[in-house]
Amino acid sequence: MANLALGAATTAAAELAADDGDTTGLFGWLFYSDGFHAPTVEEFFPPAIFGEGTIFEFNRIMLARVIAAAVLILIFWLVARKAKVVPGRGQSVVELMLDFVRVQIVEQVMSKENAKRFLPFLTTLFLAILAFNITGVIPFINIAGTSLIGLPIIMAIWVYVLYLAVGVKQHGLGGYLKLSLFPPGVPKGIYVLLTPIEFLQVFILRPATLALRLAANMMAGHLLLVLCFAATQYFFFEAAGAMKAMGTVTFAAGFAFTLFEIFVAALQAYVFVMLSSVYINMAIEEEH
Amino acid sequence: MTALSQIVVLAADEHGETAQNPLIPANYDILWSTVIFLIIVVVFMRVILPKLQKVLDERAELIEGGIKKAEEAQSEAAAALEEYTAQLTEARAEAARIREDARSEAGQIVSETRESAASDAQRLVETAQKQIDAERQQAIVSLRTEVGALASELASRIVGESLKDDARQQRIIDSFLDDLEAQVSSEKAKG
Repeated sequence: MANLALGAATTAAAELAADDGDTTGLFGWLFYSDGFHAPTVEEFFPPAIFGEGTIFEFNRIMLARVIAAAVLILIFWLVARKAKVVPGRGQSVVELMLDFVRVQIVEQVMSKENAKRFLPFLTTLFLAILAFNITGVIPFINIAGTSLIGLPIIMAIWVYVLYLAVGVKQHGLGGYLKLSLFPPGVPKGIYVLLTPIEFLQVFILRPATLALRLAANMMAGHLLLVLCFAATQYFFFEAAGAMKAMGTVTFAAGFAFTLFEIFVAALQAYVFVMLSSVYINMAIEEEH
Repeated sequence: MTALSQIVVLAADEHGETAQNPLIPANYDILWSTVIFLIIVVVFMRVILPKLQKVLDERAELIEGGIKKAEEAQSEAAAALEEYTAQLTEARAEAARIREDARSEAGQIVSETRESAASDAQRLVETAQKQIDAERQQAIVSLRTEVGALASELASRIVGESLKDDARQQRIIDSFLDDLEAQVSSEKAKG
């Protein structure tokens, strides 16, 4: 569990090393501290690994994303490569996940034919979000790939474009606009109120909330973990006397929040994909 | 969300520098996000998920095929059983019919045999009767001849006179014999 703090500390350590440069070996670096550092938003803007200041700037969070993507693809490719009709243990776990997305999310929302049509993308989306989220609690990575707003925005835009395209394809441009901006079964006068709200909903709020919900959850989770473990580090190695005991409390909290973050990682993937299915379904359904 | 932005603002204040707003993506963030997400989507939707789906479809097909095969086998077995039952019933009926036929045929044979035996016996009896009649007739004829000769011999000896005159002789014998016959038949009629 100390590793979790370590990851968070890496960024700080990089700065510290640049500042002082007189840390004595690994041990000194590991337990070096110059007072309590509360986590800041700088957590999400770590120093660049290369390409600083350019559009190709590559930092720790990008690395976390690359690792998450590589591991995800590797695992699934290994399973898919030798997938058999009678599944082994690994294949069963993978199939369990695919079935979860299909049965618990997509088929709960859509009809089976529609589900079949959108299942590949929604499954990919679920697995990708789960992989990017879970890096937040993986030792030495310790930051969720989705905690920087860019990736959630890309995924939300993808869903946004998908449901708009599907809606226009299903109902025609006018038909889709009419269906989404002037929902049927409402007295005419209400449209004065309803249409602006629906416009906001369909064209701005849905993708915005998708991206923000995911990013904000992951940011908050990361800040919580960093806070807990930074405090633990401080209490154990710097605070005097009885204050050291406080470290156990913060450590226990950090442990609990780590478990909670695993849950949140899965929950946010579930919520994102569930809402995406709902939005797509709203676009293809005749009336809603 | 308000809590988050407060944290952001606080953090910015604490550092006394203009921190980046975490809700506005940096250009490099967008670039790398797009690249990485595109790679995942392409690999999963083009390669991995179709492969897994193929296996899942195969399994579904296999299971459905198995169920279908079992159903077919069951219906086949039921049909065979029905056929066997029908055949068995038919065989039993045939056996009964054959037994019945055999019984009636046997009866017929017995009665026919009995009839033919009876007619044979009748015929035998008739033949024997005819033979007996013929023999008796023959005996009567030969007896008449011999008795005549004997009687005339006897009479000639007694009378001492040869009754060589055949015609007269024959006339006498015949009348004698006729008398005798008449006598015998009258006795017979009496008896």
